[in-house]
Amino acid sequence: MRATGGSEAAVGDVLLSVENVSLSFGGVKAVSDVSFDIRKGEIRAIIGPNGAGKTSMLNVINGFYHPQQGRITFKGETRAKMRPHEAAYGGIARTFQNVALFRGMTALDNIMAGRTLKMRSSFFWQLFRYGPAMREEVEHRHRVEEIIDFLKIQEIRRVPVGRLPYGLQKRVELGRALAMEPELLLLDEPMAGMNLEEKEDMSRFVLDVNDQYGTTIALIEHDMGVVMDLSDRVVVLDHGIKIADGTPDEVKRNQAVIDAYLGVAH
Amino acid sequence: MDILYKVFVDPFVQMGTAPDLLVQTLWEGLVAGVLYSLIALGFVLIFKASGVFNFAQGIMVVFAALTLVGFHEHGVPAFLALALTIAVMFGLAFAVERLILRPLVNQPDIILFMATFGLTYFLIGFGELIFGGETKVMIADQLLLPRGAIDIKMAGGFVSLQKIDIAAAIIASLMVATLAIFFQRTRIGRALRAVADSHRAALSVGISLEQIWVIVWFAAGLVALTTGIMWGARSDVSFALEVIALKALPVLILGGLTSIPGAIVGGLIIGVGEKLGEFYWGPLMGSGIESWFAYVIALIFLLFRPQGLFGERIIERI
Amino acid sequence: MFYREAGQFKTNYAADLAVFPIMQDRIGLAIILFVAAVIIPWFGSSFLIQAVMIPFLIFSLAAIGLNLLTGYTGLLSLGTGAFMGVGAYACYKLTSYFPSVNILIWIVASGFFSAAVGVLFGLPSLRIKGFYLAVATLAAQFFLSWCFIRLPWFYNYNASGAIEVPTRTLFGIPITGATAADTTRYFVVLGFVVVMTWVASNLVHGRIGRTWMAVRDMDLAADLIGIRLLQTKLLAFATSSFYCGVAGALLVFLWYGGAEPAVFDVNLSFFILFMVIIGGLGSLTGSFFGAALIFIMPIALRYFPPKLGIPVHPATVEHIQYMIIGALIVLFLIAEPAGLARLWQVGKQKLRVWPFPY
Repeated sequence: MRATGGSEAAVGDVLLSVENVSLSFGGVKAVSDVSFDIRKGEIRAIIGPNGAGKTSMLNVINGFYHPQQGRITFKGETRAKMRPHEAAYGGIARTFQNVALFRGMTALDNIMAGRTLKMRSSFFWQLFRYGPAMREEVEHRHRVEEIIDFLKIQEIRRVPVGRLPYGLQKRVELGRALAMEPELLLLDEPMAGMNLEEKEDMSRFVLDVNDQYGTTIALIEHDMGVVMDLSDRVVVLDHGIKIADGTPDEVKRNQAVIDAYLGVAH
Repeated sequence: MDILYKVFVDPFVQMGTAPDLLVQTLWEGLVAGVLYSLIALGFVLIFKASGVFNFAQGIMVVFAALTLVGFHEHGVPAFLALALTIAVMFGLAFAVERLILRPLVNQPDIILFMATFGLTYFLIGFGELIFGGETKVMIADQLLLPRGAIDIKMAGGFVSLQKIDIAAAIIASLMVATLAIFFQRTRIGRALRAVADSHRAALSVGISLEQIWVIVWFAAGLVALTTGIMWGARSDVSFALEVIALKALPVLILGGLTSIPGAIVGGLIIGVGEKLGEFYWGPLMGSGIESWFAYVIALIFLLFRPQGLFGERIIERI
Repeated sequence: MFYREAGQFKTNYAADLAVFPIMQDRIGLAIILFVAAVIIPWFGSSFLIQAVMIPFLIFSLAAIGLNLLTGYTGLLSLGTGAFMGVGAYACYKLTSYFPSVNILIWIVASGFFSAAVGVLFGLPSLRIKGFYLAVATLAAQFFLSWCFIRLPWFYNYNASGAIEVPTRTLFGIPITGATAADTTRYFVVLGFVVVMTWVASNLVHGRIGRTWMAVRDMDLAADLIGIRLLQTKLLAFATSSFYCGVAGALLVFLWYGGAEPAVFDVNLSFFILFMVIIGGLGSLTGSFFGAALIFIMPIALRYFPPKLGIPVHPATVEHIQYMIIGALIVLFLIAEPAGLARLWQVGKQKLRVWPFPY
């Protein structure tokens, strides 16, 4: 059951659905004939033992991997494969298991980089850093500062991200994803490697993003407590196949899921 | 219309009407190719084992040749000079491992690549300082390398094969065979392959990276020495060789950075391609196209098959 | 004690976004510009201006160009020499065909020619990266070098294969050719370098610079946040080649006064690359530091030992120069991969807390 402190975001129609998606690398089948949907405004967890194909699934949604079979329908448009910039411009953002920040840049610049797709000023004005270029820079800086306030990372704005501790790096990465003002936010193990306090903070951020901005969230997570507390619905993968799909309570009681986690041979 | 004829028809007509010239050109191409392969081989050895692209391989060829000739000029008999040069190459391998590789062990590949630029320029300056910049003659006779040519009557004319070229081909094949056996059959060879795959995994099974690197750079040094001797025997030894060694880069692109057979095949293709191009198409464009022809071949290859003929496809994960 | 930003508050984002937010930095910059524009031309000897300052500025410009491509965007290029050559020869041909047009216009135009060539040879960057891309740029280098030597059209069918710079004027004052005074040429070069450095700074501090650095740091992630990889890379090639092209034109027209095609060979590419590595990849001020070290060191090597009474053979100087540069490259890559620019920043940091140690 999802625990919320404030109002629950209204859950609406299907925002994204994947149908019969199969993905293989060489001879290895990462994902086999998986179908599920994600509804607008919900928090959808994708769980499963290691190697289940969860990250591959996110990569397919993002357009980083192209499935051999299946379809992806996003905001009503169906396609055989997503392309990265289509996903980005369409409103899909994500974070990564191994933090994929731009290590040569500061936290502020990383988040500002997330605003790139919203910045339109021409090359001409960029040459002079004046007029439209400067106005745009300031305007987007406002938005980014809101995100910085939201994530409480004001002190580390100007620190090169390579120097930040892991937990803060994950927060900056979340900030960069939020800067894209996504409709669908894909979080790949956002709590990995965090202690209890950090997990609570991150959970709060995830919930707030969903409440305040109405962003639909799909997250991969191993911590069952987090999954049960945060998500509206859960899809369970094992060895590339979907074995369960429903509310956290339903999934918790599903025998196939229990077997998968306990490692019962099947 | 005329230009189309000149480019696409005429050269082949020329090839057909004088087949002995064609064979001669092909032979020259193969010989040059063998030498390119040898240089490329040195690159592949080092890249396979340490992931470093050793831009200095070319200058090592020159350096080895100059050292050998230098010793001989000071009165050391040929084969002793050879032994001493081998020792010097070992010393060089040791110094490179200690001073360059070890401090840079965790840096990204591009940094190591740039470090070998520094090594190249250092060796150029150092070599010129010690040996002087003039062209030297390789001590081919003293090393008992054959002279003269064999003329074969074939294809309606004569084809002249330099004996030294035949010797070069044989020696190169022997070297490749030895290296192949070394890599596949011996314990050290296995360790080398392990290191090429993953430094960390190799460390965790107790392989000493430093030892392996010294061995590998020494092996590359031996290859460089052989190349230097062979090349110097055909045309003299000078620092101009260094630029020729840059030709190995297109060879590696073609053959794949991690493949010994690739270095061979790539070298032969580039050698033959270059010679044919220069002989039959060169007059159309003005001479000297061999300075870039190989690169253009490699570039075209890169666009369609970036890992080369035999190389491994790199899959990036995120 | 002196280098502190305490008390300097910014009350809006625009002020915070300034390239030199600290007052002391601005004063320092003003002093440098004053020295460059007034002190040096007024008090500097002819030797200083002709043999040191003009080429130093020109090489700094080329280094900035290469830095934009390799330092900021992470695309290693070994074709810098060739791109400089394109600029030089483009300028030569343009002014040969249209001698009445102001040479400054042609210098800028030649940058565009160089940019176009840069984009052409940058196209492979869509599919290949790192070392492979470097080899592709070598293809450009060798091919273009060959063109400059073998295609007589480039040097107006001159028998010697070299080009000689015609006299061109600005407001009636000769700025190129044999009659141009060195101070005049110095001001022209200084003007170009100051303006183009300012533009480069604007680019790297804004959105474009961020997209370049994103491509450098993790191009896959950049793709996924909506940065168009091919456009970004080609823009880097274009801008970088523009800078190198202008530098090449300045090199020939405002310094050498002529050129042999061998000038724009692969050695030049390496030298500029070394300036960028030692100065600091990804730093504009680093480009100046690197150019200073690589360019001025050989001059110092030739100049000072005789003054100290040590006889030095000119050829030996060149050999030692190569050795020192090679060793410096390795040393910097080991000790301070971010180059002199980082050392400078560390120095400023120490200055911030001076007289305290930390």
